[in-house]
Amino acid sequence: MAFLLIFITAIFVNNIVLSQFLGICPFLGVSKKVETAMGMAAAVAFVLVIATLVTYLIQVYVLNAFGLEYLQTIAFILVIAALVQMVEIVLKKVSPALYQALGVFLPLITTNCCILGVAILVGNGTYDSAGMEPGLVSGVWFALCTALGFGLALIVFAGIREQLARMDVPKGMQGMAIALVVAGLLSMAFMGFSGVNNGLAKIF
Amino acid sequence: MKKLESTLPNMVIVLTLIAVVAGLALGYVNSVTAGPIQEIKAQQLADGIKAVLAADELNVEEPETLDDGSVIYRTDKGVAVQATDPNGFGGKLTVLVGFNSEGLIQGYQVLETAETPGLGAKAGEWFQKGQKGDIIGKQAGNLTVKKDGGEVDAITASTITSRAFLRCVNAAYAALASQEDAQTGATQRPHSLTSPEGEE
Amino acid sequence: MKNLKVFLNGLIKENPTFVLLLGMCPTLGTTSSAFNGMSMGLATMAVLVFSNLIIALIKNLIPDMVRIPCYIVVIASLVTILQMLIKAYAPAVDASLGLFIPLIVVNCIILGRAEAFAAKNGVVPSIFDGLGIGLGFTWALTLLGACRELLGTGKVFGLTCFPEQYGALLFVLAPGAFIVLGYLIAVFNKLKKA
Repeated sequence: MAFLLIFITAIFVNNIVLSQFLGICPFLGVSKKVETAMGMAAAVAFVLVIATLVTYLIQVYVLNAFGLEYLQTIAFILVIAALVQMVEIVLKKVSPALYQALGVFLPLITTNCCILGVAILVGNGTYDSAGMEPGLVSGVWFALCTALGFGLALIVFAGIREQLARMDVPKGMQGMAIALVVAGLLSMAFMGFSGVNNGLAKIF
Repeated sequence: MKKLESTLPNMVIVLTLIAVVAGLALGYVNSVTAGPIQEIKAQQLADGIKAVLAADELNVEEPETLDDGSVIYRTDKGVAVQATDPNGFGGKLTVLVGFNSEGLIQGYQVLETAETPGLGAKAGEWFQKGQKGDIIGKQAGNLTVKKDGGEVDAITASTITSRAFLRCVNAAYAALASQEDAQTGATQRPHSLTSPEGEE
Repeated sequence: MKNLKVFLNGLIKENPTFVLLLGMCPTLGTTSSAFNGMSMGLATMAVLVFSNLIIALIKNLIPDMVRIPCYIVVIASLVTILQMLIKAYAPAVDASLGLFIPLIVVNCIILGRAEAFAAKNGVVPSIFDGLGIGLGFTWALTLLGACRELLGTGKVFGLTCFPEQYGALLFVLAPGAFIVLGYLIAVFNKLKKA
C-alpha cells in the first residue's frame, strides 16, 4: 500500500514542479505546445529513473562505503551528465524513432534540477517514502512517480498555454508574465490535494 | 599563452588534473569543517534539551533509540523525547518534547520541519506556555485538536500541521511510557522474585 | 570604465531573473521570505564570482572538447565547499535553504556565464561580470522574497508592517511564488520600455 501512497503523494500532493519548485526551467521553457511537452516529459521520466538507480548505487557502494559523502554533489552531477550523453548515444543506435522524438530534449536535461534534486533526496533517504524503509526499490518508484508528476504538470500547463495563445492578453502581461500567473493558479489547484495522503494513510 | 589543442592525451590530462585538484580542495575543506558541523549539531541538541526541560544545567545520560526512531534522552531534571511524524503538511515533522517526573509536558521544540515557512514555523510558538494552543503542563497521550473533539486550539488555517504536531507529542509520550513499562517490568520482576527469599 | 559597464549590465539590462529568466528553481523555491531570498542570492553570487575567476584563469589550459565537464567540476567543487562552510558557520541558512544549496550546481546562470563570458574574457572583467550578475540575481530574489513575505505575513525581514491576520498566506505558499514573479516581470517590462 505504501507504493500507492508514494504514487499519490509524489504526483498530486507534493508535485515536483508546482509545490517543490524543481524542474521549473523546462516547465516554463518547453510548454508552448502539448506535443513537445509530451516529448520532454518522456525524456525526463526516462533519464530520472535511470539516474536515480545509478546514483543510489554510487551513494551506497562508493560514497558511503569509503566515507566520501562530501563528494556527493560533484559525483552525482558528473554521473548524470555522462548518463545523459550515454542515453543519447545508445538511443541513436538502438531506436532511431525514439531518438527522433526525445533527442532534442536530452541535452537540456543535464541542467534540469529535478534530476539532481531527486537523486540527492533518494541518495540521502530524505524523500517522502510513506513509511517505507528508504531503499533502492522505493527510491526508484519514487523517482518514477515524481517523473509522472512532472509530466502531468508540464502537459496540463502546455494545454492551457496553447489556449492562452489565442486569448487577448493585456500588453504588459504578455509572454512569461501571464504564463507565471497561470502556473500559480495551477499550483493553487494542486494545493487542493494537500492532506489527501493523510486521509489515504488512515484508510489503508 | 596559446589555447591547448583538443588531443586525447591533452583532454585526459586536463580532466584528471582538474578532478584531482578539486578532490584535494574538497577533502581539505571537509577536514576543516567536519569538526564545527559536529559541534553545532551537538550544541543544538544540548540547547534543545535544556530548553524543553526549562533547566540551565543538566547531565544527559546515553540516549536510547527505539525501533520506531524515537530517541529518549534521560537527564537528572526530567526526560526529553524526540519523536517524528511522517505526515506533516509538507513531509516529516520532528519534535523534541520534555517531560517532568510526573510525565507532564514541560516544554517542546520543533527540530525538523518540511512545513511551509510561516505555517509550520508557527508551531514553534503556538503551543508554548501562555500562547493560544498552550500544551505545557498537560498530560500527553491522546491530545487532539478541538476539531477532532480534543482540547487544544489548532493553529489558524493549518489543522494538518497541528494534528501532525500533536501526533508527535503523543508518540513521544508513548515511546517514553513503553520504555518505562519495559524498565520497571525488568527491574521489578527479579525484585519480586527475590523479595520472598529476602524476607525469609 | 569598461568594468563598470560590465558590472551594471548584469544589474538591470541583463538581469538574470527578470530579463533572461534563468535560474527559476531557486528564484521560486527559496523566496518565501526576504531573508531567505537574499541568502540564496548571496550564495549564488559567491559561487558565480569564484567560478568566473577560476575559469577565466584556466581557460587556456582547457581543450575545447572537454570544456563543459571541466566547468561542471569547478562549479560543483565550489558549491560543495560553500555547502560545507554554510553547514559549519551558518546552520540557520542551511536549515532554510536545504536542498537548494547543492542545486546551485545546476543553476543555468553559472554555467551560462562561464561559457558566455568567463571563457572569452580576462580575469578582472570576469570578476566584475560575476559581481554584476550575482547582485542582479540577489536583488531580484530579495525583492521577490520581500513582496511575498509582506503580502503573506505583513512583515519584511521580520519587521512587522501590518498585523499578520490581514496577510494572505497564499503568497508564502507555492502559488504565491508564481503569481508574484509574474506580476514583477510585467512591472519590469513596463519600466524597461519607459
